Amino acid sequence: MSDVTTPAKKGFFANLSDRLEGVNLRQNGIFLALLGLIVFFAITTPNSASITPDNWSNLVVQNGYILVLAIGMVMVIIAGHIDLSVGSLAAFIGAVAGVLVVRPLEQDGWDWLPALPWWGGILGAILVGALVGVWQGYWVAYVGIPAFIVTLAGMLLFRGMALMTLQNSNIGPFPDEFRAIGNGFLDKENSLGTSIGLPADLNAWALVGTAIGILALWYSGISRRAGRIKYGQPTEPGFWFLGKNIALTLMVGYVGFQLARANGIPFTLILLIALILIYTMIMNKTTFGRHIYAIGGNVHAAMLSGINVKRVNFWLFVNMGALAALSGILITARMNSAVPKAGDGFELDAISSVFIGGAAVQGGVGTVTGSMVGGLIQGVLGNGMNLSSVGIDAQMTIKGLVLLLAVAFDVWSKRRK
Amino acid sequence: MNNILEMRNITKVFPGVLALDNVSLEVTRGEIHAICGENGAGKSTLMKVLSGVYGYGTYDGDIVYEGEVQSFKTIRDSEAKGIVIIHQELALSPHLSIAENIFLNNEITKGGLIDWNKTGQEAQILMAKVGLREKPDTKILEIGVGKQQLVEIAKALSKRVKLLILDEPTAALNDEDSEHLLNLLRQLRSQGISCIIISHKLNEIAEIADKTTIIRDGKVIETLDMTAGKVDQERIIKGMVGREMDNRYPTRTPNIGEEILRVENWTVHHPDDANRIAVDNANINVKRGEIVGLAGIMGAGRTELARSLFGHSWGSGITGKVFVNGKEVPVNTIRQAMDAGIAYATEDRKRFGLNLIDDVKRNITIASLDKFVKRGLVDDNEEFRVGSEYRESMNIKAPSVLSIVGKLSGGNQQKVVLSQWINIKPEILILDEPTRGIDVGAKYEIYLIIQKLVSEGKGVIVISSELPELIGICDRIYAISEGVITGEVERKDFSPELLMKYMTKEKEKTNV
Repeated sequence: MSDVTTPAKKGFFANLSDRLEGVNLRQNGIFLALLGLIVFFAITTPNSASITPDNWSNLVVQNGYILVLAIGMVMVIIAGHIDLSVGSLAAFIGAVAGVLVVRPLEQDGWDWLPALPWWGGILGAILVGALVGVWQGYWVAYVGIPAFIVTLAGMLLFRGMALMTLQNSNIGPFPDEFRAIGNGFLDKENSLGTSIGLPADLNAWALVGTAIGILALWYSGISRRAGRIKYGQPTEPGFWFLGKNIALTLMVGYVGFQLARANGIPFTLILLIALILIYTMIMNKTTFGRHIYAIGGNVHAAMLSGINVKRVNFWLFVNMGALAALSGILITARMNSAVPKAGDGFELDAISSVFIGGAAVQGGVGTVTGSMVGGLIQGVLGNGMNLSSVGIDAQMTIKGLVLLLAVAFDVWSKRRK
Repeated sequence: MNNILEMRNITKVFPGVLALDNVSLEVTRGEIHAICGENGAGKSTLMKVLSGVYGYGTYDGDIVYEGEVQSFKTIRDSEAKGIVIIHQELALSPHLSIAENIFLNNEITKGGLIDWNKTGQEAQILMAKVGLREKPDTKILEIGVGKQQLVEIAKALSKRVKLLILDEPTAALNDEDSEHLLNLLRQLRSQGISCIIISHKLNEIAEIADKTTIIRDGKVIETLDMTAGKVDQERIIKGMVGREMDNRYPTRTPNIGEEILRVENWTVHHPDDANRIAVDNANINVKRGEIVGLAGIMGAGRTELARSLFGHSWGSGITGKVFVNGKEVPVNTIRQAMDAGIAYATEDRKRFGLNLIDDVKRNITIASLDKFVKRGLVDDNEEFRVGSEYRESMNIKAPSVLSIVGKLSGGNQQKVVLSQWINIKPEILILDEPTRGIDVGAKYEIYLIIQKLVSEGKGVIVISSELPELIGICDRIYAISEGVITGEVERKDFSPELLMKYMTKEKEKTNV
């Protein structure tokens, strides 16, 4: 790229192709892959079981805890680290939540703890998760041990602590409020719907939520676009913007309608949407998020730009610990029991989600939404294969190949440039 | 056959650069032949052509060695004929033993397995030859740089070396080790081994070399016969720097104000070796509106001085005081240095300066990101606006500020680095090799940017390996050699000879 003093219009188009060539093409690519998978299974599963209202509902609650992990994981991976301990940590936190909320082990020495209400248990469990993050962050950021080693140790450590806390048994059942996080729905009885005369099997809150979601989609899209235009920033062409948002509206509307025909909106989904919005904002619009990308892109340059690299790395792991705790709470709530084997292998599912979602192994590249789509691709794949009665042997083989091909696609497309 | 080596009319072109221009070199059997020249003159390129790093076919001209035209494709080919090159950065494996390193990739085997007894025995013979008194199974990381250098030479001897090439062999050595090494070279010479030595230490060259070839701008200027005894350091310097100045530098009328930066008794130690002094009791100052040069050969302590000032980002055991506008300021972290008004633009923009996978805008704003925060959130529209302003004012040739920095040319990348630091609104900018690896036109633009900065009342320190550049743009130049500020020259007294004399001054002599 030598002498190019391009006039505005030409620059605009050069930039457009630049953007389509880069992140957008990749993002849209995996998004289309997800759509393709959904259509594929809608056609191939017996009785189109994959697109029944109940299955949409299942898909969300079954994958929620992986997606929560993937949010923390993509941040860790963008900064150039990895976290292998999150599955074990989720199990340990499930056990902690069990002790805090259910407390069946008084005879084993936990009786000094005050009884906590369900929400106190949740807050306590997240706090413990964050403290575990402090532990791991200390070793990675301030002692300088590679995260691979620290979290490999953590994988064993926290699994062991989960076993110790649970004394090799299960803790349960949990109070209904606690269970609702993993299993509950907003106004499942549809009392709002029946009071305003909707059919009993069409959840009113789900329709309201869908409408709010669609409005928010358009509002944020238009206001962002207007801001960019005002500052003369290049924007997507109008037809693209419209087309994309109409497609998204149809999708959100369709899924929302299906959820309304099932049990309504799962609390897990509400939590997940809130997390996605918050963390997308953190990654794109706060100095913390921007420092994470800078560190992953070139840690030396980041340091010489005055970024406190150690502090950022430290807080990344604290954040990961808190999110792993949340994931542990979701698993425990869904199973209504804290079990020692909970979360086994989830770290690998979360890591796969992130890489399928377009993150780079070398760090510096990746998005929260991409990782969510990556997680959903895995979720839809597993769900669809289950419904098609594909054996676990074939499922693992196919999932492995999907991960490899997704990353290989990245490598090839980069090489071609 | 008196000449072991004749390089005839070697021409080597890199994209856009004529690195070697019709270079011819003759080395007589059993002589020590020195090659001198400024950084970037083409010395290393010539040696890479000779040793096959730049293989046959990538250059024009002939290499005649032992009376035959050679066509070395790789470094293995040249080694097979007894040409061994020892680079400035030693190529030893730190966790392996001395014996293992000597025979690395040249192992003594018996029946497909390594014969460790013979290896140890042979290693000991070679170690005795180079005067290395250590056990063969001592690990490389346990011995000093001087001894490591001897291991390299022992390794060369194990390959039946006939022509030994040493690139800056004594740059990292103390006096005792240097002396030992030079004696060893004399000894090898008496055994008929020829030697090419590249060095900036002109007194050593004057002492040891039989002939000296001077290279400048990819051309051989002259070959001096050192045995006649008429050649001293001054004579070599004259050959190295003698070139006419043209209008490659924009003119300006300096408007120099009060002192803005003062550094007192600044001493820095090597981060890996707390006993090695990298910067020794340096005292420098910069005034408002002044461009101050820092001249020194590579490894003299220029970057070390700059980076230690910039928030202790290099070195250990740092002592001394820094004053900005007459007030002492702490510079223990990069943040503190930036808050004090100091900015440092690195010599190695790809490794230390830029996030190459990110766009122009974000690279410009990363050091000053706090300024773009509104209600806790970074305003990316504002970033776009500011980034675009810099793209305009610095003439960054990129289709947009959303272009990926890694795709830009070196000159434009350098402008992004400068924009990044100008946007923290510093008082003092330290620019480390601001024009390295960029073309002449872009260099001129960088000089104009520097002049604009000082015209706004900032102070600028420019570190450069190119003496003409420093002479062309600076108001005052400090020379640094072996970590010591050896001279301070005002513009009216600028001359390449004087500066080169300071730059090659040895520590002992400054202490006398």
